[in-house]
Amino acid sequence: MSITAKASNYLDERTSISGAVKEFGRKIFPDHWSFLLGEVALYSFIIILLSGTFLTFFFQASMTPVEYEGSFVPLKGVEMSAAMSSTLDISFDIRGGLLMRQVHHWAALLFVAAIGLHMLRVFFTGAFRKPRELNWSIGFVLFVLAMAEGFTGYSLPDDLLSGNGLRIIDGMIVGVPVVGTWISFLLFGGEFPGNDIVGRLYTLHILLLPLIVIAFIGLHLMFVIIHKHTQYPGPGRTEENVVGYPVLPVYAAKAGGFFFIVFGVVALMAATVTINPIWNYGPYDPSPVSAGTQPDWYIGFADGALRLMPPHLETYWFGYTWSWNILIPILVLVLFLAAVFVYPFFEAWVTGDKREHHILDRPRNAPVRTAIGAAGVTFYAVLWAGASSDIIATHFKVTMEGVINTLQILLILGPIFAFIIAKRVALALQKKDQAIVLHGFETGRIVRLPGGQFVEVHEQLSEYERWQLVSFTDNAPIMVRPNDRGRITAGIRWRSRWSRFFFEDRVAPVTQTEYKQALEHAHH
Amino acid sequence: MIKNKKKNESRSGRRRPVVSVALLALGLAFTGGVYAALTASTASAEVDLSSPQVIDQGSKLFAANCATCHGQQAQGTANGPSLIGVGAAAVDFQVGTGRMPMQANSAQAPVKPVQFTDEQVKALAAYVASLAAGPAIPTESQLTDGNVANGGELFRINCAMCHNVAGAGGALTEGKYAPELKNVSAVHIYEAMLTGPQNMPVFNDLNLTPADKKDIIAYLEYNRANPSPGGLELSSLGPVSEGLFIWIIGLGVIVGFTIWITAKSN
Repeated sequence: MSITAKASNYLDERTSISGAVKEFGRKIFPDHWSFLLGEVALYSFIIILLSGTFLTFFFQASMTPVEYEGSFVPLKGVEMSAAMSSTLDISFDIRGGLLMRQVHHWAALLFVAAIGLHMLRVFFTGAFRKPRELNWSIGFVLFVLAMAEGFTGYSLPDDLLSGNGLRIIDGMIVGVPVVGTWISFLLFGGEFPGNDIVGRLYTLHILLLPLIVIAFIGLHLMFVIIHKHTQYPGPGRTEENVVGYPVLPVYAAKAGGFFFIVFGVVALMAATVTINPIWNYGPYDPSPVSAGTQPDWYIGFADGALRLMPPHLETYWFGYTWSWNILIPILVLVLFLAAVFVYPFFEAWVTGDKREHHILDRPRNAPVRTAIGAAGVTFYAVLWAGASSDIIATHFKVTMEGVINTLQILLILGPIFAFIIAKRVALALQKKDQAIVLHGFETGRIVRLPGGQFVEVHEQLSEYERWQLVSFTDNAPIMVRPNDRGRITAGIRWRSRWSRFFFEDRVAPVTQTEYKQALEHAHH
Repeated sequence: MIKNKKKNESRSGRRRPVVSVALLALGLAFTGGVYAALTASTASAEVDLSSPQVIDQGSKLFAANCATCHGQQAQGTANGPSLIGVGAAAVDFQVGTGRMPMQANSAQAPVKPVQFTDEQVKALAAYVASLAAGPAIPTESQLTDGNVANGGELFRINCAMCHNVAGAGGALTEGKYAPELKNVSAVHIYEAMLTGPQNMPVFNDLNLTPADKKDIIAYLEYNRANPSPGGLELSSLGPVSEGLFIWIIGLGVIVGFTIWITAKSN
C-alpha cells in the first residue's frame, strides 16, 4: 500500500469519513459560468478573513488622541485618533501592510459586487422558486450583512471620509422622530462623534457580523447540497436529475483552482491600484467635508436616495420635527429591500405553483419577472447614479441641478420604461424562438422550382436544439374560482388580478401538434 | 552605365520614406526646441511692472483684447466687471492660466491655452495695477519652504470642500465647479487664494496668513511630486471610481475567468 492509501485507511478506520467523501464527492455540479458567481463571493470572503486577520494584528480600535509620528510626512505631528494613526502605520510602516489593506478593501468591494451579480443571476433565471425560497432569504440576509460589514469596516480608520459617512448615518438616525436622538446618543456614547464609536464598530466588524455571516454561509451552502444544484434547460436534463461534473475530481480541482485565480486578481488589483487613500483624507474632524465624498459603492444607493429627495419637506407635529426629506428615503430603501426579500414568496403566491423547479428559466420565458427585475435594476441604478451626481456634473460638464433633476425624473419613469421594454423584448424573443421551432432557420439558399417559383430553403433544428426552445414552464392566468367553502374571497380576486398582470401576455411553448402541422405545411 | 545612372537618379529623385520621417522628426524637434527655449527665456524674464513703457504696452494690449467687456478705462461694462483695484495678481492669474480673454459667457471661464506671452501677461498686469492699488504678484520667496503637514490640515479645512481632499476638483451649483489643482503652478495657487477668481472666495492675509498660504502650496507641491503610494490613483475621485473599477475591471476580469473555466473543451 502506498503512503496515501495507508493514511486514508488510517483516517477512515477512525472516522468512517469515506461515507461522507463518497456522498459529497459524487455530488454533481452543472457547468455554467454564471454558477460560479456565488463562488466568487465565497472566495472573496475567505480573502477578506485572511487579510482582515492580518490587519487586526496592528490596528488599534481606539479614539484616544495621539500625535502622528510615523513616516508619512504630510501628516507628521498632526493630532488624530489612535485608530487613524495605526491605520497609517499599517499603510506606511508595517511591511506588506498597505498591500494587505488594499487586498482587504478590494476584496470587500468584490464580495458585495459578486453577491449582487449572483443575486441577479438567481433572480432572472427563477432559481428562487420552490424549494429554494428559503435559500433566497438566507442569501438576502447575507447581502445585507455584507453591506453592514462593509460599512462598519469603512468607518474604522476614523479618517475624514469615513467620519463624514458616519455623520450621514447619524443624521438619518436623528431624523427619526421621538427615538432618533436617543438611539444616536446610545450608539455614539453621547454627542456625535464621541469617543466610543470606532471601538463599538470594531467589535461588530470583527466579531459579531463575521460570525453571523459564517453561520449564514454555512446554511446557504448546506441548502445548496440538500436541494442539489439547478441547471439550465437542455437535452437530457430533467427536474429529477443534475447533468454536470462530480465534485471529485473534476469540480473540486476547478473550484480549488478558481479560488487562486480570484485571489490572484484581487492581489493584482491591490498591488497596482490605490483604494481608500486615508492619507489624503486626513484624520476625522467634524468641520471639513471634502468635495466628492461618497460611500463605498454598495451604500451608494442609500446616499443617492438622500441626494435625490426634494428639499424643504418638513412638518412640525406633536411637538416633534418630522424630516420627510430623511424619512421618505429611509422608507423607500426599506421598501425596496423588503420587495427583494419577499419576491419569491410573492411570485409563488401569484402562480399558485406548488411544484419543485430545478430547471432554470431562460429570462425570456418569464417576461413579467424579467421585466420586474429590469425595473428593479433601473431603480437601483438611478439611486446609485444619484450618489455620484457631483462627479457626473464635473466630468460631463453639466450642471449638478440638471443631473439631480434628470435622475429624479428617471427614478420614477426609468423603471416603468424598463419594465415595458424588457417585457416586450422578452416576448419578442419568445416569438422568435417559436418561429424558429416551427419554420426552422433561414439558410439563405434560394431555390428556383420547375414552375419558376423561388423559395428560400429553411433548415429544421436538431431535436436537441428544439427541446431547449420548447421545454419551459408555461403559466396561464388563474381564473377567479370559489374556494372549498364556495366563497370568492378578496384574496382570490387579488391573486387572479396579479396572475393576469403576470401572464396575460404570453407566448405558449410550441406543442407537438403545432409542430407537426407546421412540418406538413412546409412540405406542401 | 546608363542604366546605372538612371537607377541612381531615381533613387535620389525621390527621398526614401525613412528619410522623410527622420527629416520631419528633426524639423519638429528643432522648432519645438527653439519654441521651448524661447518660452523658457520669456518665462524667466523679469518684467518691471512699474516701468512706463511696460504699462503703456499693457494699456495697448488691454484696449485691443479686454476693453470690449471690461471697458476702455477698465471701468467695467454690463458684460464684465470693473478691474480697477483688482491688482496685478488677479490679471496674472486670469490671463496667465488662459481663463481670460473669455471665449463665451458661461457659468465659469475654463482653463484654456494661454493667449499671450508671459511678457504680455505681465504688461497687462502692470497696466491694471497702475489704475489703483491691489494685490501684487507674489515673489518666489512667498511660495517656497512651507510646512507640508500644516498645509494639509489647512487645505482640508479651507479648500477640500470644493477642490476635494486630493485637489481633484469638485462640482458647485449651476454648472460652476472648483477645478483640479494638480497642474496649477505655485504662483497661480497663491494668486487664486489672494484674489478669489471666478467663484472662489478670497482668502485674504487675515484669513490665511502668507505663511499659511505657503504651507498650502507646499502640501499641493508634495502631492504633485509624490504619487499615491498605493498605485494608480483612479483620478483621486474616491469611492465612485473605485466602485466603477471593481464592477468593470475587477468583476469583468473574474467573469471572463468563469467563462474560461466552464468553457467546453473541444
